[in-house]
Amino acid sequence: MDSLIALLNNFIHDWPNLSLVIGLILLPLLPLIISVAMYVWWERKVIGWMHVRLGPNQVGPMGLAQAFADVFKLLFKEITVPEKASRFLFYLAPLLALTPAMAAWAVVPIGNRMAWSNANAGLLYLLAMTSLGVYGIILAGWASNSKYAFLGAMRSAAQVVSYEIAMGMALVSVLILCGSLNLSDIVNAQAGSKGLFEWFWLPLAPMFVIYFISGVAETNRAPFDVAEGESEIVAGFHVEYSGSAFAIFFLAEYANMILVAFLSSVLFLGGWLSPFQGWHLGPLSAPGWWWLFAKAFGMAFLFLWFRATFPRYRYDQIMRLGWKVFIPITIAWIFVAGCLAFFGGVTIGPGVNP
Amino acid sequence: MTQQILFYAFAAVLVASALAVITVKNSVHAALCLVLTFFTAASIWILAEAEFLGLALIVVYVGAVMVLFLFVVMMLDIKEEAVREGFIRFLPVGVVVAVVMLAEMLSLIGVRALQAVPLPENPALAAGSNTSWLGKALFTQFLLPFEVAALILTVALIAAVTLTLRKRGGVRSQKPGQQVLVQRDERLRVVKMASEAPSTGESP
Repeated sequence: MDSLIALLNNFIHDWPNLSLVIGLILLPLLPLIISVAMYVWWERKVIGWMHVRLGPNQVGPMGLAQAFADVFKLLFKEITVPEKASRFLFYLAPLLALTPAMAAWAVVPIGNRMAWSNANAGLLYLLAMTSLGVYGIILAGWASNSKYAFLGAMRSAAQVVSYEIAMGMALVSVLILCGSLNLSDIVNAQAGSKGLFEWFWLPLAPMFVIYFISGVAETNRAPFDVAEGESEIVAGFHVEYSGSAFAIFFLAEYANMILVAFLSSVLFLGGWLSPFQGWHLGPLSAPGWWWLFAKAFGMAFLFLWFRATFPRYRYDQIMRLGWKVFIPITIAWIFVAGCLAFFGGVTIGPGVNP
Repeated sequence: MTQQILFYAFAAVLVASALAVITVKNSVHAALCLVLTFFTAASIWILAEAEFLGLALIVVYVGAVMVLFLFVVMMLDIKEEAVREGFIRFLPVGVVVAVVMLAEMLSLIGVRALQAVPLPENPALAAGSNTSWLGKALFTQFLLPFEVAALILTVALIAAVTLTLRKRGGVRSQKPGQQVLVQRDERLRVVKMASEAPSTGESP
């Protein structure tokens, strides 16, 4: 008993430090949420332009405040729970979707060793967190007690598990080349004197494409959005959700999209390194967080471009692409990456711990 | 200190959720409790600086195995009464099995404890990151067992596919190989028509 009281005392003594830590943990979430709002606005604008229409233009200059108006509209709406739904799981599901989407950001570096956690097993942690997001969708589908929601959840579960394999294999090939799970080390391994040709997109070109497509499939975005295919199953897994519960699903989906955009920039496009590195162009060759953000912006734009361009895949085509095309290619390219690493086909930049 | 508090908190959640797996009535809830159990176990492992094991547990069991498990459990329409039915009748058998297992485990641990040599310094901790240490150990020192395990898993995979693969007659399935070979001319006919001016004035 004494030891327990001592434990508690210690805990209270540590409290100022802990609250500082908690504050630091919450710090990245606000920019993330704001960038989600801006991303939604940008998506509607871009797709509007691609459809030769204006997109949102009423609320605020250029319709910039449209996303915030929508957020407040959603927050003030009533949340309806279907009769015979499993209430606890119904409310838990959006949170289960959101938490991994936020937690994954802990290890994303925006500069050399500039991340909330410079964890050595960063890549594994990311894989773990992204694989948890599917629970929110499955539970939402099941707890709603609605057949459309359930069908969406089933589709999503099968799709996410399938594409996770290809995604993991693509990460393995990055690991083989740089020899570290630490995301800062992975970026530093892409440093060199040949500019953008030092980055891993060149030796791992098929893996880069597969990683990004798997990322699109993992986030249930078009053309892989069968989980909410509105032409067949109304709105899929979130058909019974309204108000702020729906807003949380929305937030989780967009946070995940931004995460995939950042990760593909970090893993394959040299993170914060300049595309002109080593070409002695003055400030243009200097590394910096702006490069990472520019690359992530480009990758995030691809999501919107895909959505405006491609028709939705049929379910059997999705499975075929994942299992019969992507996984064999990744297995073959892991062998290629192993040969490249063994015979010294790629130069690995400084900053990798031997 | 904080670590100790965290350990007890995780351990309490672990035991409670493990108990809930076998006591809750709804099978989906039971599967979710199992997910929580795995997750907490992974947290405890990470707390003990076995980060590779912990994260692998989450990736493999929580992220993949339990998702498929839930997939199946949700599809089955299990009657709760039917699951509870034989509880009293099978209770004695269950107790006997549990007691035998407990005795075996205790004796095993006891025998081990008697012959125990002090544990050597943990090499995984000395190497800094235990992920890279595990990788090096698996691919050098334990390469043969590793390959054998991989082979066994591959055999199991192929066996699972061959056991469940059945050809059924009368199924009209898509043949993507043929679908992509379709030419435009086979499906689409462009018709030339004279343009018509819309009739002005009264409509019928």
